[in-house]
Amino acid sequence: MNNIEAQIEELKSQIAAIEKKSPSDKISMIVFSGDMDKVLAAFVIATGAVAMGMEVVMFFTFWGTPILRDKNKKAGGKDTMGKMFGAMLPKGTCEVKLSKMNMGGMGTAMMKSLMKKKNVASLEQMIEMAQEFGVQIYVCEMSMDLMGFKREEMIDYSKLSYCGVATFLEQANDSRIQLFI
Amino acid sequence: MNEEINVDKVMDLKGLPCPMPILKVTKGIKEIEIGQVIEVLSTDPGSINDFPSWARTRGHEILKTDQNGEVTKFYIKRLV
Repeated sequence: MNNIEAQIEELKSQIAAIEKKSPSDKISMIVFSGDMDKVLAAFVIATGAVAMGMEVVMFFTFWGTPILRDKNKKAGGKDTMGKMFGAMLPKGTCEVKLSKMNMGGMGTAMMKSLMKKKNVASLEQMIEMAQEFGVQIYVCEMSMDLMGFKREEMIDYSKLSYCGVATFLEQANDSRIQLFI
Repeated sequence: MNEEINVDKVMDLKGLPCPMPILKVTKGIKEIEIGQVIEVLSTDPGSINDFPSWARTRGHEILKTDQNGEVTKFYIKRLV
């Protein structure tokens, strides 16, 4: 009798351990790319996932980081390298280019006008939708530091915070889907 | 004769490409009560597969699908 009770207790703790390990209905994305088309795809998947009832976490790192800069904001106190990176990298969504067929900016401009004509949501609209849908955005602190970006030059977004690799891995470990874009 | 479906809300999503129809209907279905029906009009060719996928995942029921030229009409019952 005692033996059975002990076995049940053992099973209960095993089930609890399995439940703790099983991933949530969540998607974790790394947005590494700074290309317009790729980032647009990332936001389409992100908002679509919320519509499907999933929790969404996006991590912006390296070339993805400057996309979240606000073109109307300025940040002071940068060193020479920071100023250089700041000037060379896109200042927000309006300056990002296609990964293919950019053709000195002509391809991107054509794509943008085609998107407008066909009613396809722009990157700006997709970020707005993501905010409305509660998509969590994390920005890689190391990329910010490396490129000399300041927090005060980033976009206003309700669920935006800064983190390192451990935060991503904790979230990814608890997600059913992980994407690297 | 077709059985009449009582529609509680109509959403005209014609001209909107992916992912907008799914995003809009996710918001729209919250505006009706459980058991009520929403009628959605879409011209996005992807909707024909997307709406059933969305409904299965969210636990809603598509009562009927009508295709008329470019426009597809979905009658979706909110179940949760």
